[in-house]
Amino acid sequence: MAEFYDKESVRAPMSQRLQRFEPPSDTQAIGALVSVTIDGKELKVPLGTTILEASKKVGVRIPTLCYHEDLCVAGVCRICVVEVEGQPRLQASCAYPITAPIKVKTHTRQVRQARRHILDLLLSKHYGECYACFRNNNCELQALAKEYGVDFFRFGHPEKPRYRIDRSSPSVIRDMDKCILCRRCVRTCIDLQEVGVLEVNQRSNRSKVITFGEKPLGDVICINCGQCINRCPTGALRANDPTDDVWAAIDDPTKHVVIQTAPSPRAGIGECFGLEPGVPLTFEMNTALRRCGFDKVFDTNFSADLTIIEEGTELLQRLHKALVQKDKMVRFPQFTSCSPGWVKFCEHFYPEFLDHLSSAKSPQQMFGAVIKTYYAKLNDLDPKNIVTVALMPCSAKKFECNRPEMCDSGYKDIDYGLTTRELAQMISEAGIYLPAMPKSDFDDPFGTATGSGVIFGATGGVMEAALRTVIELVCGIQVEDLFAHADITPVRGFDGIRFMELPIKKVGPVPELLKGLFEDWDWLVGATLKVAVAHGTANAKRVMEDIKAGGPCSECHFIEFMACPGGCLGGGGQPIPTSPEIRAARARAIYAEDAAYEVRKSHENPAIVRLYTEFLTEGPCSHLSHHLLHTAYTPRGKYIV
Amino acid sequence: MIMPTETNQLTFSKVPINEGMKSALQKDRGEIIAMVSQSGLKGRGGAGFPTGIKWNLAAAAQDDQKFVVCNADEGEPGTYKDRVILTDYANLVFEGMTIGGYAIGARKGILYLRAEYTYLRSFLEDLLERRRRTGFLGQNVMGKRGFDFDIEIRMGAGAYVCGEETALIESLEGQRGEPRNRPPFPVNTGFMGHPTIVNNVETFAWVTCILVKGADWFRKIGTEKSTGLKLFSVSGDCSFSGVFEFPMGITVAELLERVGGIGAKAVQVGGASGHCVPASEFDRTIAFEDVPTGGSIIVFGPDRDMLAVAKNFMEFFIDESCGQCTPCREGNERLLEGILMLEQGRCSMRYLRELCALGETMQAASKCGLGQSSPNAFLSIVAHFKDEILGRAPVAD
Ligand SMILES: Cc1cc2nc3c(=O)[nH]c(=O)nc-3n(C[C@H](O)[C@H](O)[C@H](O)COP(=O)(O)O)c2cc1C
Ligand code: SF4
Ligand code: SF4
Ligand code: SF4
Ligand code: SF4
Ligand code: FES
Repeated sequence: MAEFYDKESVRAPMSQRLQRFEPPSDTQAIGALVSVTIDGKELKVPLGTTILEASKKVGVRIPTLCYHEDLCVAGVCRICVVEVEGQPRLQASCAYPITAPIKVKTHTRQVRQARRHILDLLLSKHYGECYACFRNNNCELQALAKEYGVDFFRFGHPEKPRYRIDRSSPSVIRDMDKCILCRRCVRTCIDLQEVGVLEVNQRSNRSKVITFGEKPLGDVICINCGQCINRCPTGALRANDPTDDVWAAIDDPTKHVVIQTAPSPRAGIGECFGLEPGVPLTFEMNTALRRCGFDKVFDTNFSADLTIIEEGTELLQRLHKALVQKDKMVRFPQFTSCSPGWVKFCEHFYPEFLDHLSSAKSPQQMFGAVIKTYYAKLNDLDPKNIVTVALMPCSAKKFECNRPEMCDSGYKDIDYGLTTRELAQMISEAGIYLPAMPKSDFDDPFGTATGSGVIFGATGGVMEAALRTVIELVCGIQVEDLFAHADITPVRGFDGIRFMELPIKKVGPVPELLKGLFEDWDWLVGATLKVAVAHGTANAKRVMEDIKAGGPCSECHFIEFMACPGGCLGGGGQPIPTSPEIRAARARAIYAEDAAYEVRKSHENPAIVRLYTEFLTEGPCSHLSHHLLHTAYTPRGKYIV
Repeated sequence: MIMPTETNQLTFSKVPINEGMKSALQKDRGEIIAMVSQSGLKGRGGAGFPTGIKWNLAAAAQDDQKFVVCNADEGEPGTYKDRVILTDYANLVFEGMTIGGYAIGARKGILYLRAEYTYLRSFLEDLLERRRRTGFLGQNVMGKRGFDFDIEIRMGAGAYVCGEETALIESLEGQRGEPRNRPPFPVNTGFMGHPTIVNNVETFAWVTCILVKGADWFRKIGTEKSTGLKLFSVSGDCSFSGVFEFPMGITVAELLERVGGIGAKAVQVGGASGHCVPASEFDRTIAFEDVPTGGSIIVFGPDRDMLAVAKNFMEFFIDESCGQCTPCREGNERLLEGILMLEQGRCSMRYLRELCALGETMQAASKCGLGQSSPNAFLSIVAHFKDEILGRAPVAD
C-alpha cells in the first residue's frame, strides 16, 4: 500500500477506497495466514491480501488498468478479473481480499474472453492514433492491446473526436478522447493529493472526468502538480510541451540558450532510455545537452544553494525579530516556497497563511534572474538574447515560470520549463542514446555544486540543506559533529510528516556573509529550533490544519513542503510510471550523489561565495537580492467565478 | 386505456399493528434471528439472500454502532408493490425495522425513499412521529430498558442504481451513488463503515408477520427453497394489473390465469434486469431456484414486438448504469447498437453471436447487479425469439 495512505483522512468515496479486510480483533487472527492457490501454485498470504498482490508473489501476471499502487482500489476497469472457484461470477483481483482459502484461475477461457471484450469495449470509445501520441510505447492500454492480441476493432472504433482538447493550463493538457475512465487521475487528485480538481460527472456512457463546472483546467484550483499525468495509463493527460519553442531558440543563432538542470531529472531520465530506476546520468546528460545545441549547461544546485542562503537568512531574520525585537507580527512557522505546486496550493486553500511563505523564489526562478543579470553582465551578453530553459521534474514549474511577477530581471526569468520526459524526447530526437554518452562537467561560473543542492530533489532535502547551513553559520561547529557524515537522517525518509528539534546550546561568531544583518547569535542560545517536513499536498493539508488547531506543527519554526509525494523526484514531469519503489530508487540515487560531493554545504559553495562578493555585495536578503531573488504571492482562494 | 387495478386480499391487512414488535421484544435477540432463519424468508428486493443469515452476520459483527436500512428505492421497471406497502401498511415496515434493530443491536434505522415517492414523505414522517409519541420508537422502546431505536427518512435522488445496497449506502453518505467493491459486505462494513443490514420494504413487513404468525406458518407456504408469500406488481397486457399476493413457487401460467393474461407471448419476470420467459416455458415456477423475482411481472401479449421490448430495456440501462465499470458502461451501449442493427436488418449472425458473448462477459465481469443482469433481457429474447428478431427487411442508409 502507498506510504501516503491515511485511512482517517481520505476523501475518496468508499466505492473507490481500498476496502481492506480487517481481521477480527482477537489476537489469534492478527497476522493469520490463509492459503490460496493461484493457477495451481499454492501459497500462504496474510488475511486480507488481494488476489492481485498474492499473484505477484508467485509470478503470475494479471493485467490491470484502474489499479495503481499509490491509489486506493477502484475495481472499475474489470480487466483484472479472475475465476474464483465456487463463485458464479468473475472477480476483480485487485479488489478481492482473500479471507478464506480459495482457488484462483487467472486465464480460463471465460477470463480471456472477458479481458478481450473489455479491451475491445475500451477501444470502441478510444479516439487516438498511437503514432501521434506522447504515450506511444509507454501506454498501458496499448501494451494490453498487444498482450491480448487485439487485431481488429471487434466493436468498432471512433472516427471522430468527441471532445475538445483542453489546453488552457500552462501545465496539464487534457485530451478526453483518450480517456478510458479508469479514474486514476480522480483518485490522485482527490485522494492522494487532496486537491479535488477532477471528478466524474454524469453516469453510464455519458460519464466523463470533469473539472468544477467543466471549466478549463487553467481556470480552476488545479495546482499543476501533474501527479495525475504520472498516473494516467494513457495519453489522455500530458504536460504542456514547449520543445518546439526550445528547438527554435536553439536553431536561432542570435540566441544564447542556457539550460539549468535540476537534481531529480538526473535520477529519473535513465528510465526513459530503458534503464532501471535509480541510475543517475548527471554528467552524461551534460554532454547530451551540449550536443543538442544548448550553449551552456548549468546546475540548478547552484541556485538551490542560493535559495538556502536567502531562505535561511530570512528564517534567522524572522527569529531575530521575534526573539529580540519582540515583534508580534512575525509569522511562524516559515514555509518553504520552492515547490510551485505547494505555493499554489497554499494560495488557493490557505490564502490567509501567505505571509508564512518564505519570500525567496524557487531555485529555478532565482537562477533565471541571476543568469539574465549577473551572468549576462559577466559575459557581456544582452539579456534579451538569452533564452533560459529549466529542466525540471515538475509540471508546476511551467506555470511558475509564466507567473507575471517572475520578470525581475526585466525579462522573463525563465523562458521555458522542460520536464524530464520532454528532454528525453529531445535527446532521442537528436539521435543520442543518453546512457552511452561520455561524461562532462557543468559550465562555469556556476559549475561547482554542493551535495546540499542535490538533495533538494528528495523530500526533506531542503530542510536538511538548510539545517546544515544554519548549524554551521550559527553554531560555529561542523555538522559532522552532530550528525555522522552530515547526514541529517531524521528529516529523511518517506513518512508523510516528519519532525525534528535542534537545541542550540552554543553559538559561534557571525560569519562574514551575515555581518551586515546580525551582530551576534547570543540571542539564540538556549533556543530550540523546531522543524517539520511534509510531502504531498495531502500531508501539507494535515500540517496546515494542525497549525490552525494549534497542534505541534504550529510550534515549528520552519516547515518544508513539497507538493509531490516523495518530493521532486516524484514530480509530475518525471518518467512514467511511478510507484513507491521507483521513487525510493530515485531517492537512493540522489543521496548517493550527495555523499559523493566534496563540498556538501550550501554556504561553502565557491560560486555562491563569489556571487555574494561580486554581485550581491550587500549580502543575503539585501535590497538587490530582494529585488531579484524574492517574490510575493497571490491570495487566490477556492472560489472560482 | 386505463386498466382496472385489482388486488387480492393481502396478508398484511390482517396483521394487527405492533403485535409483531410485542412478540419480538419478549424474545432475546438470538431467538428472533433463529425465527427469521427458520421461516426461510429470503430478501424480497430481488437478490433473494436469506434474511436470517444476513441478520446473523450483522448481529455477530463487533461494533458500537450498527444500522438498519430499509431499501425503498423501488426503481425496477414494473415494480410498485413497495409503494403500496408504504401507503397502506407502513407500520408493519417500521415494526420490522425496529425488530431488526433489536435483533442486530442497532439504534438507528434509515428509510431510503425513492425520489419519486417524495409525496409519501410527510405521511410517513407523521406515522413515525406518532410511533415516537406512543413509545414504539425512541428511548426504551415499548418500555424495554436499554433498547433505543429511531427511524429517519432519507430521500433518493432518482437514480435506479441507488437501489443497489452499497450504492444506496454511498448515497446516504453523501457520495456519488455508485456500488462498492464487495467484499466487504454491508453487514460488516456498511453505512459510515459500520455493520448495516439493508433490506427491502417487503422483507421487513414479512418479518413482522412472521413474528405474529410464527415461522412455521411462513415456512409451510411456497417451495422448500423459496418459502412464504410474495407480492407481485403486475402490469402489461393483462386484464388486471395491480399488486397481488401469491405464494412463492406459483407457475407463470397460474399467475397469468389469475391476472387475466391468457394468450401472452412472454412474461418478463423480475423487471428489466429479470428474465424474459417465453410461452413455451410458462410452466416454470417463480421462485429463487427457478425464475427469481423482486416482484415485477410484465405481460407481453401476442402483438408485442420483442425487439422493441429489448430495445426499451436496453435504453433504460444505458440511462441508469452508474458508468464506473467498463463492461456495463460500454457493453450496454454496444448491445443497444446491436438491437438497432437488428431492427434495420443489418446485424450478421456472426456479430449477433459476438454480442451474446459480450452479454455473457457483462454478466460475469460487471461490478454490480445492474451490469450483471442488464444483458439478461437481450440474451433471453435472442434465445427465445430468434425468428422474430432476425430477418427484418434491411433498411437502406
Ligand atoms: C441495480 C440494482 C437495483 C436495485 N434496486 C433495488 C430496489 O429498488 N429495492 C430493493 O429493495 N432492492 C434493490 N436491489 C437489491 C439490493 O441491492 C439489495 O439486494 C436488497 O435491498 C436487499 O434486501 P433484501 O435482502 O431484503 O431483498 C437492487 C439491486 C441492484 C443491483
Ligand atoms: S493513449 Fe495509448 S492507445 Fe491511445 S493513442 Fe496513445 S499510445 Fe495509443
Ligand atoms: S495537476 Fe495536480 S492538482 Fe491539477 S488536476 Fe492533476 S493532480 Fe489535480
Ligand atoms: S484521464 Fe487518464 S487517469 Fe484519468 S480517467 Fe482518463 S484514462 Fe484514467
Ligand atoms: S455494473 Fe453498471 S451500475 Fe454496476 S458498477 Fe458497473 S457500471 Fe455501475
Ligand atoms: S485493475 Fe482491477 S478492476 Fe481495474
